[in-house]
Amino acid sequence: MNPKKLIQEFERTFLKMTHTILKVENLHKSYGKIEVIKGINFELKKGETKVIIGPSGTGKSTLLRCINQLDSIDKGQIWLEDIEITQSHADINQIRASIGFVFQSFNLFAHLTALDNVRIGPLRVKEMKEKEATKIAVEELKRVGLEDKKDHYPAQLSGGQQQRVSIARALSMNPKLILFDEPTSALDPELIGEVLEVMINLAKEGTTMIVVTHEMGFACSVANDIIFMDGGIILEEGPPEQIFKNPKHNRTAKFLSKITQLEGDKTK
Amino acid sequence: MNFLEYAWNIFPILLKGALVSIELTLLAISIGLLLGIPLSLGRVYGNKFIYTCTTIYVEAFRGTPVLTQLFILYFGFPSIGIMFPPFTAAVIGLGLNSAAYQAEYFRGAIQAIKGGQMLAARSIGMNTIKSIRYVVLPQMFRLVIPSWSNELILLLKASSIAYMIQVPELVSVGRQIASRNFRTFEIFLIIALIYFIIVEILNKVLHLMERKIKIPGL
Amino acid sequence: MEEKLIDKLLLIGKSIPSLLIGALISIELALAFLGLGFVAGIPLAVGEVYGNKFVRNLVVLPIVEFFRSIPALVLLFLFYFGASYLKLNFSPFIAALLAMGFRSAAYQSQIFRGAIQSIDVGQMLAARSIGMSKFKAIRYIIFPQALRISIPSWSNEYATVLKDTSLVYALGITELMRQGRYIVARTFGNAILVYVVCALIYFVIVHLGVKLLDFLEEKYRLPGYESKKIDTRI
Repeated sequence: MNPKKLIQEFERTFLKMTHTILKVENLHKSYGKIEVIKGINFELKKGETKVIIGPSGTGKSTLLRCINQLDSIDKGQIWLEDIEITQSHADINQIRASIGFVFQSFNLFAHLTALDNVRIGPLRVKEMKEKEATKIAVEELKRVGLEDKKDHYPAQLSGGQQQRVSIARALSMNPKLILFDEPTSALDPELIGEVLEVMINLAKEGTTMIVVTHEMGFACSVANDIIFMDGGIILEEGPPEQIFKNPKHNRTAKFLSKITQLEGDKTK
Repeated sequence: MNFLEYAWNIFPILLKGALVSIELTLLAISIGLLLGIPLSLGRVYGNKFIYTCTTIYVEAFRGTPVLTQLFILYFGFPSIGIMFPPFTAAVIGLGLNSAAYQAEYFRGAIQAIKGGQMLAARSIGMNTIKSIRYVVLPQMFRLVIPSWSNELILLLKASSIAYMIQVPELVSVGRQIASRNFRTFEIFLIIALIYFIIVEILNKVLHLMERKIKIPGL
Repeated sequence: MEEKLIDKLLLIGKSIPSLLIGALISIELALAFLGLGFVAGIPLAVGEVYGNKFVRNLVVLPIVEFFRSIPALVLLFLFYFGASYLKLNFSPFIAALLAMGFRSAAYQSQIFRGAIQSIDVGQMLAARSIGMSKFKAIRYIIFPQALRISIPSWSNEYATVLKDTSLVYALGITELMRQGRYIVARTFGNAILVYVVCALIYFVIVHLGVKLLDFLEEKYRLPGYESKKIDTRI
């Protein structure tokens, strides 16, 4: 065995032993000439909730989309458990089926009821039998508190309800982790709470999640780790108490003070 | 004679037919324009009676095939004593037909003009006729250009139907030549090519003109 | 004078059955053309929206441009005489089917293309994000929505194709117009009356069909969806 393969084998075993679900190594991405992600590294363990905060336009959403490969990567490697998903011969559809994604604009399938929206993944991607798929779908809808709306179409649901259905849709695939891309940014203020509640419960139940958000209260209460991203790199990473009370960098402190100015201090 | 030589030979003859097609198209679209505008105004601004009459006209011509309309004019009218020569029947038929479609395009354009325009015209004291003339129509003409250009091309293609009532346009001339030497398929290949070229050129020219007269925001 | 009028009306009355048979043929033709147009139009639309540059510019667009710039009558003759030129044994019906069917395919592909492109890009993203392949995403998510959006414009296409079936008269097929011609010839009758009746029959068939499509549109409409009529002929 050559040395390169040995190192790879070692890495895989190490990741498995430490229950690392996701490992991002030296990620770079450019849009044309502009580099949006300039070398990101982090790890995510099973059951962890990581929250990414930072100024708009600094690549947070792009980072998420790179992880499930809705956006292409220019340089770097990503590992999902012990499989390197950035390899060219990886089955992209299988990978996406193991990663849940919740969009800022919900993107529920407009021609399907809530039940069908949640059911279509298990039914058509995992090719389960209809009975099984329906059972799973109903369970997940129960979990987000919308079992009674299962025959409603997206246009008949409020924004908060739509987003909860889209969380159920992600859950129905039984993913290894779920990515949330600013899940409450497109919602009217009074609807944000119901979505955050679902997300807090998921975190408490041990779901592995990465959440990009501006909701500091949420970050404070459930995050194991907070990442502050600015200018395409991770400026600071640490547990909530550290980031909020003792930020190491000036820019972090500045950003946090701006947010608390606008929305009041939800970290208390 | 191989295909290319043959094409070269019959081209001038076919061209004569093509000219008839073009003449037919231009006359018909002019009739359509002159008749279509009042029809559209009738459908938008007219009282119940005018609205009903114009709607019947438009629905009748849009809901029946051009061929039938041409047959009625050329084969039908003689049975009540009115005989149209082929070209005249074709011009009348295609013209009246085009008027119905153009009426709908103009109506759509008028309705796309924001309601506030008419209100503003009234607010400076214009009566209905003046409002239509100075505010609605100028905008309508600009909005209608894409559909109108399209109508011109559709009419050019429809002129081929005049073959069926013995008008000496392109298809007719083609079949005449074919009746003498039976190279019908090749002739129609050339005819198809001629139509294709004319349509493509017309398209490009009309798009260019569209862009030149564009007003930002309209 | 009275006698003549009654005679004329009786004449018309007697010819209605054969006219209706002709009408039936016209409807059959229209359905056949639309059917082929649908089956061939969908791959064209998918190729134009999702295909690579090669597929789009060298296959789909030339086909669509060809069938859209050439008059229907010329297409009919092209296929009809082309068959004997290439020594293939086509009946006039097959020639008409191919000519008008592919022509409708070109126009229908533009309807579907417009519909697909009007679907929010997030739908495709969401489908991919749960692991659907491009094919599955198109089949289960894009398509059902695109077809619903297409119905209003498709009813335009129905009307046009039905009216264009009159052109197959030129190939000798016995549809409504030719039946009319036979009646005029047989009875030396009032040509204008016969052809006006033909026109009325077309009118009725067109409007019934459009009403049916309107009904379907209502039935399958999704709450929250507004329909837009796309004019194929532009």
